[in-house]
Amino acid sequence: MNTLHLAVADGVTIAKRNALKIRRAPDLLGGVVMMPIVFVLLFTYVFGSMINLPGISYGDYMLPGIFVMTIVTSAQITGYTLTLDLQKGIFDRFRTLPMSPSAVLTGQTVSDLIMNVTSIVTMVLVGLLVGWRVHSSPGEAALGFLMLLLFAYAFSWVTATVALALRTPEVFNNVATLVSLPLVFLSNAFVDSTLLPGPLRLVAEWNPVSTLIQAARELFGNTSAAMPAPTAWPLRHAVPVSLLWSVVLLVVFVPLAMRLYKRAVSR
Amino acid sequence: MADAIVAEGLVKRYGDVAALDGVDLTVPEGTVLGLLGPNGAGKTTAVRILTTLLRPDAGRATVAGFDVVRDARRLRAVIGASGQYAAVDDHLTGAENLEMVGRLYHLGVKRSRERARELLERFDLTDAADRPVQGYSGGMRRRLDLAGALVADPPVLFLDEPTTGLDPRARTSLWDVIAELVGAGTTVMLTTQYLEEADRLADRIAVIDRGRVIALGTADELKSQVGGDRIELSVTSAADLAAATRTLAPLAADDLQGDAAALRLTIPATAGTATLSDALGRLAAERITVRDAGLRRPTLDDVFLSLTGQQADAKTADAKTKETVR
Repeated sequence: MNTLHLAVADGVTIAKRNALKIRRAPDLLGGVVMMPIVFVLLFTYVFGSMINLPGISYGDYMLPGIFVMTIVTSAQITGYTLTLDLQKGIFDRFRTLPMSPSAVLTGQTVSDLIMNVTSIVTMVLVGLLVGWRVHSSPGEAALGFLMLLLFAYAFSWVTATVALALRTPEVFNNVATLVSLPLVFLSNAFVDSTLLPGPLRLVAEWNPVSTLIQAARELFGNTSAAMPAPTAWPLRHAVPVSLLWSVVLLVVFVPLAMRLYKRAVSR
Repeated sequence: MADAIVAEGLVKRYGDVAALDGVDLTVPEGTVLGLLGPNGAGKTTAVRILTTLLRPDAGRATVAGFDVVRDARRLRAVIGASGQYAAVDDHLTGAENLEMVGRLYHLGVKRSRERARELLERFDLTDAADRPVQGYSGGMRRRLDLAGALVADPPVLFLDEPTTGLDPRARTSLWDVIAELVGAGTTVMLTTQYLEEADRLADRIAVIDRGRVIALGTADELKSQVGGDRIELSVTSAADLAAATRTLAPLAADDLQGDAAALRLTIPATAGTATLSDALGRLAAERITVRDAGLRRPTLDDVFLSLTGQQADAKTADAKTKETVR
């Protein structure tokens, strides 16, 4: 078996193992299915009841933001699971097997991608119930979902890197929350970023999360002609910039995570 | 007979601390080497280097002819390793755990499944095969972990404290399995804190302390280094202790150890039980009340006392304390 074949076969074995774990662990499954449902209902009804947007329903405006928020939040499962495995001896077992060393991380991120598909499907269904609609062509919508999944996959490698650097589940959780909350809320997810005061507006406009949300709104046809178009450069080219972000994250964090994995397990 | 495991001058440092400070070991094919030592002595570090989990800072080692650094991948195909933390996945069933290991040894789907069933049966886990490991007892987890090490039927096996934390019955049954493997020709390196375990399983024992091999030999050789069996007697008062010391001096050949606080004294059992009854006869003749008497075989503590000249600290006795290597 050549190296690539080996890496793929071993990655599939690890991904299957993780998929089984998710099915058996109620806490993980809850995160994948329950959290998206709660997010959609809570944010649509709580904020939607207060805010009137010109030319667009709040459901249409909100859902792309909730998709992205859920992706950013559930990518943390990748990192969290790795810290748990690090604490047990399971990585030692893997490292004494003649398997491809990269398979542990590729398997983990691939199974988390499958999990992300599940949570996006859940959100789409609940979103449709609360009045969200796609107003674009099927091709554009498909590109929208692919773009979300690509970003989700790339972001899993970011949390994997952080997890392998921090090593313990508790520390990882604290750091992840501390980083992901501002990332999600200092964006255009729930408010129009042009309404934010000076420095916050700058941060929100250049936040990759904002770019991804803007791109999703465009691809799902969830924008309003009656609202001012964003003026910041990344938001004016939201779709290509979002794809670029995903590629950059992968290029930087895949090798970094692999290096940290080797270091983390050989202590 | 060829050597299955060869280590020469292995050194591993963590900052200023040398976990291994020049370790040489050889294990001939089909034999068992027991690594004996207190917590932090370097046993686990040695095993981690030989199983490719760690790179040595200096020295070299081969297992089944493969270099631990240069041929790591091929080496992993011919070894099995079972650690002190049972490396099994809680959410998977016993069968799924073993099948996964089989797949990662590249045995193929069908063979992995067959092998998993064989091993579950052999380790008496068939009833629990399809239950998540979460509900397994400590002994069952250890058995499953050991089964995981055997999936590819490896010619060389590394067992890092395989029975630490197990109850006596689980320990004995694990010993039987290991003895059976060795009978079938497997080479085993085993770390342990229990002299009895090494005694039972190992052809040779290497005593490791502070990163060095300080003694190497069969169990009997090590025991004789410690001075062999001793007779231990306790009395009821300090006056009796003094009287007993005088009475037994002729038997003790200048090697009488008294412990005033515990009202206990020990002498070498040069003639085994005959020395014991001789001692008891002499004490009875002097009307000294003996509270407790017995023939004591050397223990791990004695080995350390004798070999290192230092008190085997409390940690050694607490077998459940995990060796810290991280």
